[in-house]
Amino acid sequence: MSTRSDAPDLEPASTARVSDRVARNPEIDDLTRKDYEWGFVTDIEQDSLPPGLSEDTVRFISAKKQEPEWLLEWRLKAYRHWCTMKEPTWALVHYPAIDYQSISYYAAPKSNKDGPKSLDEVDPELLATYEKLGIPLAERAALAGVAVDAVFDSVSVATTFKGKLGELGIIFCSFSEAVREHPELVRKYLGSVVPQKDNFFAALNCAVFSDGSFVYIPKGVRCPMELSTYFRINAANTGQFERTLIVADEGSHVSYLEGCTAPMRDENQLHAAVVELVALDDAQIKYSTVQNWYPGDKNGVGGIYNFVTKRGACRGRRSKISWTQVETGSAITWKYPSCILQGDDSVGEFYSVALTNHHQQADTGTKMIHIGKNTRSTIISKGISAGRGQNTYRGQVKMLASAHNARNYSQCDSLLMGDACGAHTFPYIEVRNPSAHLEHEASTSKIGEDQIFYLNQRGLGTEDAVNLIVNGFCKEVFRELPMEFAVEAQKLLAVSLEGAVG
Amino acid sequence: MTNEKTPLLQVQGIHASAGGKSILKGLDLVVNPGEVHAIMGPNGSGKSTLARVLTGHQDVEVTGGEVLYKGQPLLDLAPEERAREGLFLAFQYPVEIPGVTNNTLLREGLNAMRVHRGEEELDAIDFLKIVKRKADLLEMDHMMLGRAVNHGFSGGEKKRNEILQMLVLEPTLAILDETDSGLDIDALKVVAQGVNALRASQRSFVVITHYQRLLDYIVPDFVHVLANGRIVKSGPKELAHELEAKGYAWIDEAVAGAPQS
Ligand SMILES: Nc1ncnc2c1ncn2[C@@H]1O[C@H](COP(=O)(O)OP(=O)(O)O)[C@@H](O)[C@H]1O
Ligand SMILES: [Mg+2]
Repeated sequence: MSTRSDAPDLEPASTARVSDRVARNPEIDDLTRKDYEWGFVTDIEQDSLPPGLSEDTVRFISAKKQEPEWLLEWRLKAYRHWCTMKEPTWALVHYPAIDYQSISYYAAPKSNKDGPKSLDEVDPELLATYEKLGIPLAERAALAGVAVDAVFDSVSVATTFKGKLGELGIIFCSFSEAVREHPELVRKYLGSVVPQKDNFFAALNCAVFSDGSFVYIPKGVRCPMELSTYFRINAANTGQFERTLIVADEGSHVSYLEGCTAPMRDENQLHAAVVELVALDDAQIKYSTVQNWYPGDKNGVGGIYNFVTKRGACRGRRSKISWTQVETGSAITWKYPSCILQGDDSVGEFYSVALTNHHQQADTGTKMIHIGKNTRSTIISKGISAGRGQNTYRGQVKMLASAHNARNYSQCDSLLMGDACGAHTFPYIEVRNPSAHLEHEASTSKIGEDQIFYLNQRGLGTEDAVNLIVNGFCKEVFRELPMEFAVEAQKLLAVSLEGAVG
Repeated sequence: MTNEKTPLLQVQGIHASAGGKSILKGLDLVVNPGEVHAIMGPNGSGKSTLARVLTGHQDVEVTGGEVLYKGQPLLDLAPEERAREGLFLAFQYPVEIPGVTNNTLLREGLNAMRVHRGEEELDAIDFLKIVKRKADLLEMDHMMLGRAVNHGFSGGEKKRNEILQMLVLEPTLAILDETDSGLDIDALKVVAQGVNALRASQRSFVVITHYQRLLDYIVPDFVHVLANGRIVKSGPKELAHELEAKGYAWIDEAVAGAPQS
């Protein structure tokens, strides 16, 4: 059951020596020199880079964004380390080898002018999905990428939001803007939770990240509204290497929503985002995700590869970080939102629904690292597999010697629909303090024909019956989501499972 | 359409098999509005299979015969369509549905039927009023309404829960499949009381039972004996007593002597 050696390693790899070795590696030296010869200054005007990844790519991106020297150096350090790393293979997912040189790492944010002029020009299938999800008309246009002036509503909503937040001293802006306007905060916290060398995909993100979100909540402030990427101006096209940093200062509270239930158009197959959360004394961060990227077609062709590193540090005493995710999209999901419970009495939570249908594969879970005294963590994972979907829960609970009286409760449930799908559970437990208290529950159940017939007999159609059972199965997670998000998530599961039974 | 002379249910020469095994072999049954029919028979004689034929269970294949319900062919309808037309089965083995509360199931079911009849869906308050009243009738704790359907219920609680669903959904034809098995005498009385409360001139019941005991409390208009996949004997309520006294072996002998059709 729990074999520690297989656990995804959370510790930052021991560092300095590795980069020395990189610097002396003649091959890489060579590469770097060659990049220099190419130069990039003359090309700075171009809107996108041809496929390929080198130090020059990193310099180009940084220059394009007019970043300060320290950030360029930070990116380069990540890049040089990445060159020495190997793509991880421990996850239970299968995909053809990714050619990192065949990807283009920079495209200027597309202006909406290139998009469709009105909803009439949008793919009717996409519109049908919006309709099923009950997305308001005004928002459908925005999601489908219709020109900005057509979606005046949501833009003005966003502007109003910004004014209100500003009065409270809350910073909520794009990552690039934060680098320009609040460099001291970015520099202090960037990479402090997920180090550049943390893992292959995180290192790649550090080197080439495009943009993302930055949030700072000042001391004692309770953010009066849910912060949503959806309402942030410039949110469109943050691209495949997104970077999010949220800092909650002492005694502050914030609830952050990432993604939306509507399928977003995206041409990039590889996504490698990094999210870092920092909670100081008595601060609370609630981070909710609904991920509905393109899962590929029914035969498993296409679809997004989603390799995400999400981690929160409960640095302060009595701080709390709570992750809630509903993962229904992507061909491959590789994602372990985690909590480092450093502060005494701090609390980490992970609530997850992961659904795989057709040929989708998900390997997801969490890591709860207990360091401080009286730290508590809760893990509730619900995996739903249909079609030929493969769903893996992989979670680690680690209690260090310093973590007196630490507690964890884990519950991992799998629901199977049909015979061709799979559910797998890999809990890794490591305890170095005898006062620790752990509880683990797991179950696997199958939506039976007898259950569906029973509900049919009470007047429910088969799809309604399946949805009722699935929503019942996910209830403990859905109730952690902000209200409207929960309603949307229910609809999303229904749409994602359409035709999975009967 | 339905008039007083149309039987509610006409089962005509039904042949049915499951898992490659022929189970019903030419079964006939006519149920008029307002009647209560008891079906008795030894284990394995095909009683539950008849209930599955009527409700449209996927595992049962009808290989011959016809069923009319309200004068219309029944067998082409999907199970949920039959349910919405007022056909209800209290299952012999009620199914557990973790995560879905009794309240949710009852509300979804009742509203599906109301929508089917062109009526407004009930709001949460009106719905709860109805359900609580019915639960009281069955002496069920209201706590049961918030629990997951049959999940972790005792055998008796499950059977009582089936009857609660029947009371809320108010079917036109209710089939009770061995609802009495697993009930002690007090529970049996409560369940019978619930059924009797629902008896009406336009509502009919098919009560499947192994024992005569239940029929002391739900008094049938007719008793049928099912053996070897057919109704081999029909009679008034006294037939149940006769069966109880003489046992099913008596029927087997009678059947053995009967000419094959
Ligand atoms: N799906 C099935 N596959 C094979 N045999 C079945 C199936 N369902 C019922 N049977 C058999 O058919 C016979 C009648 O079953 P059933 O209708 O449940 O009897 P009763 O309810 O009268 O006890 C039994 O012998 C039973 O084992
Ligand atoms: Mg039976």
